[in-house]
Amino acid sequence: MIDSLYIAWKYLSFNKVKTATLIGCILLIAFLPIALELLLNESEEQLLSRAVSTPLVVGAKGSSLDLVMNTLYYGEEVPELITMEAAQQVAMSGLALPIPMYVRFRARGHPIVGTTLDYLDFRGLQVSKGQSLALLGDCIVGAAAAEALQLKPGDSLVSSPENLFDLAGVYPLKMKVVGILGKSHTSDDLAVFVDLKTAWIIQGLLHGHEDLSKAKDPQVILKQEEKNIVGSAKVYEYTEITEDNIESFHFHGDPGIYPITAVMVVPRDDKSETILRGRYLSKEESHQIVKPEEVIDTLLQNIFRIKNVLDAVISVVGLATVLALLLVFALSLRLRQREMQTIFRLGCRRMTIARLVAAEILIIVLFSAILCMGLVLVVNHYASDLVRMLFIR
Amino acid sequence: MIHISQLKFHYPSGDFQLAISDFSIVKGERVAVIGPSGSGKTTLLNLIAGIITPVQGTVNVDTIEVSGLNDTRRRDFRITSIGFVFQEFELLDYLNVMDNILHPFRITGALALNREVRARSEKLAEEMGIRDKLKRFANDLSHGEKQRAAICRALLPHPRLILADEATGNLDPVNKTRILDLLFRSVEEHDATLLAVTHDHELLKRFDRVVDFQNFQAGESP
Repeated sequence: MIDSLYIAWKYLSFNKVKTATLIGCILLIAFLPIALELLLNESEEQLLSRAVSTPLVVGAKGSSLDLVMNTLYYGEEVPELITMEAAQQVAMSGLALPIPMYVRFRARGHPIVGTTLDYLDFRGLQVSKGQSLALLGDCIVGAAAAEALQLKPGDSLVSSPENLFDLAGVYPLKMKVVGILGKSHTSDDLAVFVDLKTAWIIQGLLHGHEDLSKAKDPQVILKQEEKNIVGSAKVYEYTEITEDNIESFHFHGDPGIYPITAVMVVPRDDKSETILRGRYLSKEESHQIVKPEEVIDTLLQNIFRIKNVLDAVISVVGLATVLALLLVFALSLRLRQREMQTIFRLGCRRMTIARLVAAEILIIVLFSAILCMGLVLVVNHYASDLVRMLFIR
Repeated sequence: MIHISQLKFHYPSGDFQLAISDFSIVKGERVAVIGPSGSGKTTLLNLIAGIITPVQGTVNVDTIEVSGLNDTRRRDFRITSIGFVFQEFELLDYLNVMDNILHPFRITGALALNREVRARSEKLAEEMGIRDKLKRFANDLSHGEKQRAAICRALLPHPRLILADEATGNLDPVNKTRILDLLFRSVEEHDATLLAVTHDHELLKRFDRVVDFQNFQAGESP
């Protein structure tokens, strides 16, 4: 058999293009379904584990999937906004701990998650370098985001404008990186966490500017009525929060009507959960309460329905490829008739000729299998990142 | 060594027919076969080698009736007992010269490929003047070099019978003499028999016997 393998190897290495094509075909047919299975399993695991660990989410009525994807996985689709009042209602009920979430802005492609320190406790997120959020303008960065953006405590990170062409839109805010989170292998690794108030500063709802009563330039004052001073558009708004200007940051209006995207709700017990869910059933209620596990379960059912179709398509393509490969081998043997004739004329047995062809097929299949295994290992290694990149972001 | 009796052969298509009533070659004999193209010289070699089988009659090599063997045994007999130099050389283009020469040893368990055989193949290539071409692929060789490589492949297993179909046809006079010397020496050293088809009348005087192939056509004994 060694001699047959040797001759087969010589033939295959001499006909490199043909060999590479055959290996490529077999590799694709073997690799695609395995990779798909791996990625789907990983996505199922990632989606479900996070969904299961999040009891309830309150948000605006509308797509429950958008709400869950934005709140749990920081998807780019921003659900209709609700106000802080929704969180206050949950708190006042005494049935659950509300964790307000404001996931709307981005910094260099990474989601900025405006929340409270309760969120870090709830998810068990630990700061591995630096310290936790303390002041306005502070941010802590997920492990993968820090690695991608090459950030460390003490660096700064500027929020991205929502729309490049909106000149009247929010100013980018230069945030101070005070800590880096340890790896959690969830969407939190890719996020930038700020206090809710910092998220509102990014939106411009909470802002800081020079003291108008001490302004030297008269053009910055539009109108002055006793103690009430109205500034003009010339008033300089701070785009970075420093020790010198932090005192100048202030709200306008009632913080209760400030926007958030969702409230993560952690009920005290099963009974509290049931009562809370019942309170959102009314048609007049402008909010919905969803159980992420149920939403993701529905999503997965749809994904697996699509996967079944994909499996069928891959099976048909695979069968067609196998038939094409058989045809290629058959045609190849016809083309090699002269060579086979030579081997026969030398006195080679039929069985040996069959063994030579089998050795060629074996080598091709072996190489395809090795390459396939290598690729599967690579996909397996990067599966969680790939899933986040392909399915969740 | 070779005995052909009442042989008749024709290809499934075409008018060609070969009929030999009685033909013998004794062991150690060096026989040249001459005749016009299409007279059946190559067919005779193929019949003796068992590549094709007669419609009627028998072909015996030593005590073996080649025409009576089944396909597998004929193949085994051919690879172990016959060194065939084909008219078109029939080297495999994906093997280098060394691998082509050693090829018969790799496609049968009856011939053992060992260090001694490898050394012998190098020596044979040296004698043929292609020692420096052993790593080259067959397609990179000249016509004459291919022919010499094909002869090396035929002689390496020390066959009992050497069938050479135009073995010196494409060679210059120096190489013709060199190769014929080598074929004759191989016959002497290994107690073999040589049956060579040739068109080269200058070389005929060196053979023990010359068979004019025209005679077979009438079914006569040469």
